[in-house]
This record gives sequence, C-alpha cells and structure tokens, in this order.
Amino acid sequence: MTEHQKSADKASREMLKCAASENIEVAWDRYEAMQPQCGFGSLGICCRNCSMGPCRIDPFGDGPQAGICGATADTIAARNLIRMVAAGASAHSDHGRDIAHTLKLVTDGKTGDYTVKDEKKLREVAARYGLEPEGKDTKQVATELAEVVLKEFGKQEGTLLSARVYAPPARVERWERAGVMPRSIDREIVEVMHRTHIGVDVDYRNLMKHAMRTSLSDGWGGSLVATEFSDILFQGPTPIRFSANLGVLEKDQVNLIVHGHEPTLSDIIVSVSQEEALVQMARDKGAEGINLAGMCCTGNEILMRHGIATAGNFLQQELAVITGVVDAMVVDVQCIMPALSPLCDCFHTKLLTTSPKCKMEGVTHIEFHEDKAVATAREIIKTAIDNFPNRTKKTHVPKQKEDAVGGFTTENVFHILGGKYRSTYRPLNNAIIEGRLRGAAGVVGCNNPKVQHDYGHIEMIKELIKNDIPVVTTGCNAIAAAKAGLLRPEAAFEYGGEGIQEICRTVGLPPVLHVGSCVDNSRILTILSAMVAEGGLGDDISDLPVAGAAPEWMSEKAVSIGMYFVASGVYTVIATPLPVLGSAKLAAYLTDGMEADIGGKWAFEEDPIEAAHMMIRHIDAKRKALKLKPMMYEQAFKPES
Amino acid sequence: MGCRSCELACALAHSAAEDLASLVASDERPGHSISVEACGKQAVPVHCNHCEDAPCVLACPTGAMHREKPDGPVTLDTAKCIGCSMCVQACPFGVLTVRRGGRGVLKCDLCIERLAKGLEPACVAACPTKALVFCEEEEVVKTKRRQAAERLVSAQERGETETDNGE
Repeated sequence: MTEHQKSADKASREMLKCAASENIEVAWDRYEAMQPQCGFGSLGICCRNCSMGPCRIDPFGDGPQAGICGATADTIAARNLIRMVAAGASAHSDHGRDIAHTLKLVTDGKTGDYTVKDEKKLREVAARYGLEPEGKDTKQVATELAEVVLKEFGKQEGTLLSARVYAPPARVERWERAGVMPRSIDREIVEVMHRTHIGVDVDYRNLMKHAMRTSLSDGWGGSLVATEFSDILFQGPTPIRFSANLGVLEKDQVNLIVHGHEPTLSDIIVSVSQEEALVQMARDKGAEGINLAGMCCTGNEILMRHGIATAGNFLQQELAVITGVVDAMVVDVQCIMPALSPLCDCFHTKLLTTSPKCKMEGVTHIEFHEDKAVATAREIIKTAIDNFPNRTKKTHVPKQKEDAVGGFTTENVFHILGGKYRSTYRPLNNAIIEGRLRGAAGVVGCNNPKVQHDYGHIEMIKELIKNDIPVVTTGCNAIAAAKAGLLRPEAAFEYGGEGIQEICRTVGLPPVLHVGSCVDNSRILTILSAMVAEGGLGDDISDLPVAGAAPEWMSEKAVSIGMYFVASGVYTVIATPLPVLGSAKLAAYLTDGMEADIGGKWAFEEDPIEAAHMMIRHIDAKRKALKLKPMMYEQAFKPES
Repeated sequence: MGCRSCELACALAHSAAEDLASLVASDERPGHSISVEACGKQAVPVHCNHCEDAPCVLACPTGAMHREKPDGPVTLDTAKCIGCSMCVQACPFGVLTVRRGGRGVLKCDLCIERLAKGLEPACVAACPTKALVFCEEEEVVKTKRRQAAERLVSAQERGETETDNGE
C-alpha cells in the first residue's frame, strides 16, 4: 500500500514516507504483517472463555457447530460482543469515576489544585439530580452531588438516576418496558462477566438485552458523569478556535504532547505550562517557549476548554514522535499504543506514563495524583524542557495545520440558537420541521488501518452537510474533521447544501460542531433529549430524524458508544462490521430485529458515501413519519420514494 | 479462514517437542513449510507441490534434494545439504526457506512419517474448515467429472441447451 492509500491526510502521508525511508515500523506496517487475520476471530466465533476450549465454530457448516460446552455461534458471538461493550463501558465509566472522585477530593479539602470552576453547571447538574441547590453554598452543593453520583457506581437498589433524569420520559418508559433500564454503573459490568462465564447466558437476545443495559449505564451514566463533572471542575466549554495537525509542533519550542483521556491530568498541565519560571527554564535551554499539543481525547478536552492545538488523532501518535521534535509525550489511559515505547527509544522523545492503570516496561513513570497535581505537572514539563537540547539534527515537521472551531456543548448551542434573551433549541427544531435542515447526524469514532485514515470521516461528513444535515462530532473523527477544514464556519459555504448555508449564515454556527471527547458523546445524548423536549419532532429520541455513524471505529469503547446510541433509539452505521457475522441470527438481530425492541439498530457499510446515503434514507423516513414539510431546497441525494 | 493452524501444526510435527507448550518453552524454532498468505481479503495456504519436474531438485548441487521413489514426494537429505540456497531461489512457489539458526533449508516432506502411520499430513489434519484436503488425484478428478455430468443432466432436464461447461 502506498502512503496515499494508507491515509487521506497529507501530513500523515509525509510522515509515513519519512518512517519508511528510516525503516521505522508503524501501525500500518504491523497491520500488513498481521495479514491474513484470523477469520474465526473476525467472525466472532472463537471462544476462549473456559479451559475445555479454545473452541471454534466452522462457519461453513462442516466442522463443529457448537463449542465443547454446546454453545453455538449465536451464543459465542453474543458473549464476545457483550464483553466488548463491557470493556468499552468500563473505560468510560472508570474515567467518569475518576472525575467524580476528584470533585469529592475538592469538597473534602484534600486537593488545592482543583476547584469548582463552573458554578452554574454545578447547580444545574445538582438540580437535575433533585438536590435542590437553591440557598446552599457551592461547597455544600458540590459535596452532596459528589456523594450522590459516586453512589451511582455501586448501589444495589433502584435504577440509574442520571438515565432517568436526563433522558426523555418516553425513552425511559421504553427502556423500562424492554427491561433494559440500567441499575448501577459497576453492577452491569459485573453481570456481563457473570453471564459470559461458561454455563450462564445462552440466548443471544437475552445477552443483547443486557448489552444494551450495560451500554446505557455508560452513555447515560459513566460517560455523562465524566462530561458533566469535567465541565464543573474545568469549565463548561464555549466556542473556541484551535489548530489541528502535526504542523502545530514547533521546531523552536519545547514540545510536550499530552495523549490519553482524562482532563484531570491534561487540564492541570495546561494551566501550569505557561508559568513564567518554566518558560524561562525553556529559554535557558535555547527554546523560544513551551508548546503544548494534545492527541486523542485528552487533546479534545483541552482544545474544547482552552483552545490548545491538537497534533493529531489515534493513528498519528507514532507519526508525531517520528517528527523528532517531541521532547516529551505524557500519557494516561486508553488508546495509547504500546508501540510508543520502543519507538521513543529510537528518538530523543521521553515517554512518560502517569496512571497506575497504564504502565510500560522500561518507561519512566511519574505517577499522577490529584493531591499533588500541580507539582507533578511541573515535573512533567521540566522533563520535556530538559530534553529539548537532546534533539538530533534530523527533524521533519510537516507544514500542515488547519484552523478549526470547537467547544460546542448542549448548553451553549442553546444559547447560540436562542440568542442572548432566550436559550432554546426552537430554531433547530423549526429548521428541521420547515425543511431547511433535513435532520442531524453524529459522526464519531476512532481510526483503523483497515480503512484509509481519515477518508471515511471526511467524505461522510461532506456528503451529509451537502444534503443539509448538520453534523455533531467527537473524538478522533472531530480531529479528522478539524484537519480537513470542516470545522471552520466557512465549510458551510464550501461543502454545504443551501439550507445549511442559510442556517449557518443566520445563526453563526459552523455546519460541523465539535462537541468534545469520546465521553462527550453524552453531550450528543443530551442534545437529542433537548430536541425532543423542545417539541415538534416526536416524543422519543427514536422519532427524531437523526442518525449516527463511526466510519473508522476500532476500540471497544466505540462498541459501547454505538450500542448506547442504538439503545437510545438512534440508527447507527459503522464501517468495519461488528465481529458477529459468524452468527447470522445475531447479525440479523443487530441490524434489523433490534429496532422493534428498542427503536434503534446497527448497520454495517464500508463505503462512507453509501453509509451517508443509508443515514439520509433513514432520516427521510423519520421525516415522513413525523409528516414534516418537504425539504425547502433541492437536495443532492434524492432516494427513490 | 486465515487461522494459520496449519502453520502451527507443521512446526509442531517437525520438532522434537511433544506438544505445543513444550515447543514454545524450548529454544527450538522448527519453522513451517506451509504458509498462509493474504490476497486482498482472501487467505490462501501456499505449500510445496512436490513438482514432477522439480526446479529445486535440478538446482541442488549435491543431490540432497531428491525423490526416494519416482512417484513419491520431493524430500531433503539434510546430511547432504550444504545450505547454498539454490533451491530457495529456484522454487517458483517460495515454499523453500532457509532454516533459522540451523544448517540448510526447510523443506516440506509431505509428512511421510505420519503417512506411514496412516495419518494425514499435519497441516491437513489441523485445518478446522477442511480448506486443505489430502486426496488422490484420481479421486478428485473423478468426483469433479461426476459433478460436471450431474450438472449437464440436470440442465438438460430443465430444458436448457447451454451448460456451465460452455460446450
């Protein structure tokens, strides 16, 4: 494969050429070496859950059709899938737990480095949870909220408060009727592991029911807590400009890349990185200053709140190191390639792990604790500064960096739409009802060398906005969109249909709204709830003319996210299929039967334009069901009615 | 299916170890003579064809590469192998490889020891989907002819004049 085929991003292509000429192995090389990949794994019909195995089902019907315990392909694929949901939900929920725990440390007086920065948000969230914050001081509200929310992780009775109070009543009722109302965050994960133990759950539909419940405990639970509490501690974002791509790395400055997920680390580093003493230290080493850049979701957190530049998304993490100008890369958890360790050994770059949950042999570990946050952050930055003189002559930084706008949230979209006097989603709903906008879409997710890097993200977004469908984006997709210039307001006029151009011109919003990191997919859930609450577009999320997609997904977190969107009533299209095709029944349930049970379903489509068309057809069907007016302007994609 | 069980089984069958666990724990790296290659989304096992007019036999300067019997497999007499790798260069299928850390080359022996015990070659026995089948040429060809005949008859019965065989 050529660099062109591997990535649609010019900066990445350039760095891939560099890597090849220096004989440096990157993820794409390891992907090629891994071919052919095992079909049993890909189809989801390999089971290693007990020691009678490992077992495989013959997909062609000749060999074994059941594992040694008797589990068929349907059971095996379903068990494997629900474990993926559990892993993804665990990552998000554990992240949420850490943030909630940080708030508790603040209220207990155990850390001076964090405070409640967004009182308004604190009180709004407390009110949602029924805590009646009026008349109470900040400390009291925060204490009560932290306590209530931390209990949600392990309680043994009742159902998840946040799912009940944030979702539309019709959706909550649907969950209760379907028996998928989440109970508590950690409990659902434990039950996944129990049910998938040998000799427990067999019926794939029963497993999927619990898979939905587990994913909901993430989306409306762990992730939502992470989003809300991050806003409380670090400030609810407001629209902000930032730069994206490897070109944000500066040859003449100390470059520190923050990679991973939790803002408890990255936000502190941001606040400390421009301290005069540290900047002076950098100058003493011959640098012009300290340049902070983010990667992956922690990059999204700090761009949303501080406009910090983002160097790239998941598949670019090695490429950043290969530029030779990264003096330190500090990581916490999730999506961090173990390959970074041997790679950094080939460069002067210091790799630093910070979480006790993520350690690598031979890599310097500077453990990060909330009660010593600022001091640790200074130590990390000093490590980068001290390493600046160690750069070799051979550096190569691609020029590409693109301007972008991020920082949109459920709350501030309210404000922007309604203007100063009345925050409201009415203009959005009206635009959809009147036919200026066709609907809305969420395009999110990772990168995967199985598909051309960034290509699916960019092409799908362009096709959607061409058809008057505004897009909300998170995670690595948002970074791809940023790099491709799709987060600029001007993108409406370069790629958008007439309706979207009109709205964007009037309201002053870009056509593609970056709403944050992967836990901030919960913002998309609350936006959908707000649209339902505003009225005129049905009573439930499943009535809305919306669709979701993850064109380059790879992580288990993406499986959990997709599952919670589907379980919330959103049609979700992904490119690489879920590893379930070895079970025809499970595949059919996920892509068809599930809709009758919960109002949402999955679809698998590798071509991003065709996938966009599937989303549009779905959106048109919802418009029809709601008896909305026909589209105001000529549409580019007109499916046969 | 791309599971590469055949590769593992070949390595194990040609090692001194009793089982996979002992093999992995030991220093022995027997290598495998069958390899699964990716071709787009397809997985294709590529193995020695024991060619009638084997280029490896022609290329071998010492006669190490030879046939015991005229209709038997091409095998390697390791005592005579000088490790010149001419056979590796000559093989059009790329199934001859230089042994790792030892002398000479790795050559598929059609599992003659297993065959003598009435067992199938290790790769065939290991294949979970029967993608690899060990059979006599006459059997296979006869079966294919019979299937072709059946198709012809059923086509005629359906009243069609054209067959899949393009006659």
